[in-house]
Amino acid sequence: MKPRFNVQWLLSALGVAAVMLFMYWADRNLDPYKARLLNLWAINAIFAVTFNLIYGYTGQFSLAHAGLAGVGAYTMALLTMSPVTKANMYLLEPPMWPISVVRWPFLPSLLASGLVAALFGLIAGGPSLRLRGDYLVMATFGFSEIVRIVISGLPSITNGALGLKNIPKIANNAWAWGMVILTVFVTKRLKESSYGRALRAIGGDEIAAEAAGVNLFSHKLLAFVVSAFFTGIGGALLANLLTALEPKLFSSALTTGVITTVVLGGIGSLTGNIIGSGIYTLLFELLRTLDQPWKLAGYTIPGRYGTRVFAISLVLLLMMLYYRRGLMGRNEFTWDAVFARIRSVLTRGSASSAETAEQGEA
Amino acid sequence: METILDISGLTMRFGGLVAVSDFDLQMEKGELVGLIGPNGSGKTTVFNMISGFYRPTAGSILFEGKDMVGLRPDQVVASGVARIFQNNRLFTDFTVYDNVMLSQHVRMKASPAAAVLRLPIYARQEAEAHETAMSLLASLGLKAVAHEQAGSLPYGLQRKVEVARALATKPRLLLLDEPATGMSVEEVTDMMDFILRIQEEFSLTILLVEHTMRVVMGCCPRMLVLNYGKTICKGTPEQVQCDPQVITAYLGEEGGQ
Repeated sequence: MKPRFNVQWLLSALGVAAVMLFMYWADRNLDPYKARLLNLWAINAIFAVTFNLIYGYTGQFSLAHAGLAGVGAYTMALLTMSPVTKANMYLLEPPMWPISVVRWPFLPSLLASGLVAALFGLIAGGPSLRLRGDYLVMATFGFSEIVRIVISGLPSITNGALGLKNIPKIANNAWAWGMVILTVFVTKRLKESSYGRALRAIGGDEIAAEAAGVNLFSHKLLAFVVSAFFTGIGGALLANLLTALEPKLFSSALTTGVITTVVLGGIGSLTGNIIGSGIYTLLFELLRTLDQPWKLAGYTIPGRYGTRVFAISLVLLLMMLYYRRGLMGRNEFTWDAVFARIRSVLTRGSASSAETAEQGEA
Repeated sequence: METILDISGLTMRFGGLVAVSDFDLQMEKGELVGLIGPNGSGKTTVFNMISGFYRPTAGSILFEGKDMVGLRPDQVVASGVARIFQNNRLFTDFTVYDNVMLSQHVRMKASPAAAVLRLPIYARQEAEAHETAMSLLASLGLKAVAHEQAGSLPYGLQRKVEVARALATKPRLLLLDEPATGMSVEEVTDMMDFILRIQEEFSLTILLVEHTMRVVMGCCPRMLVLNYGKTICKGTPEQVQCDPQVITAYLGEEGGQ
């Protein structure tokens, strides 16, 4: 298609600038609780987009997300913590070289988190992407569990089950949302390229894709590694936000959360990923009350930790049964759609409020 | 004339079942050969072996002198052999245009990074692919539906789109698996013309599997008949029609058209 330096492109650029300005403002003025929620939304959005790339487009149901996020998070933590902090914290075994001496600035650490996760993606994807359907699910789930168990079992590297604390908090909303925009940009560009056509063809019908000349394995691996890279970045940002990590943070519950987000927003829609992750983040926060004792018609219902996870799972179950399409289906936000809407509102002359546009690219 | 496809001793066993045994076929460049036989006689299995979906138990497939046995389906496509499937395997939620663009990906050499960054090398390839797609769709009479969803088209057109998708890989040998099955009389006639036209226009060599006798008899100067995996007859349509083995195996049951 023709390169389009037009109104849509300009609006997208303005949209991105507006989002970044808002985040710059938010980092300075928003109260810590809200800023934290906003940051969490960004991280969930990255996870949703990367899951969408491998599942929504390429049709490969992978449960490796928690493991890959864990790899990214630990890489970030180990690279940015000071040698002294690490030496004081590692009670089981002293940190091994080079972890005992390394200290990198934020940006190289962020990049390294993505690259290490991508490398793990390559190692995990190599054998498992030759499998189909259920077998791929089992293999990637196994990979994710192995990562978690290895993290617990290597105290000289990860401080084992004791976890890590006092991870420097460098990333803010501007960083996190900058990464969301980068992830969406790369995913969208990839999807709309000839590679994206090949990936969606694999998602549609593997045999037909092969007959059209698509190398199944190399394209699945491409999607998996790109997805792993940005999942690692998401994990790194999570380490930065939480400032503390422990292995059980990267259990299958994380992956379930990502799947819920993607289903909520619409499988195969980047816009849906962003909206879905926003709703999920908010919902998960509001449901926190379920974990505490609450009153219903005079009776006190004792809170039980994990009730909200149960509630979220219920949401996922109900959506799979009755609302598989999700909020957006496969549709995307486009400026053209906004123009069409505005035009129809104007011509009808009705005073209905104009749709507030979500951030996104045309 | 030069031999483009040389198959000898091709055999496929599934456990104890011999699906195809000792299949031989030499095709000259530009030839149109029909492959017929009753249901389950091994026609599609032959196609699956040539196109790399099955690895033959024995035998050799030489295409333009190159050994094809052991290649993956996408490598077979890259070598210049394309196929369409018996049951429609279009990407129904793709547009017709995207179906045709997809098949050109195999020839595009730009890296994923170049594609994401829309570097000139990628832009040039995409522009070339666009030109090829549009001229292909125009010459096949599909330009009007280029931006329709493939799944929304009538069956006859969907089959043509599938052929277009195969042609977009720029094949020299085209394998057509029952292109006219399940079509109305007019659609069948249309499809016959279509096949003969593309053969001429794209100087193709075509191997055609078909149930509709009228199509094979009308199109193919030379044909082979398979029954229970064995080649029982080779020759012109007239020779085949008169062969007693064929009549008992196939045409006899069909009422001898």
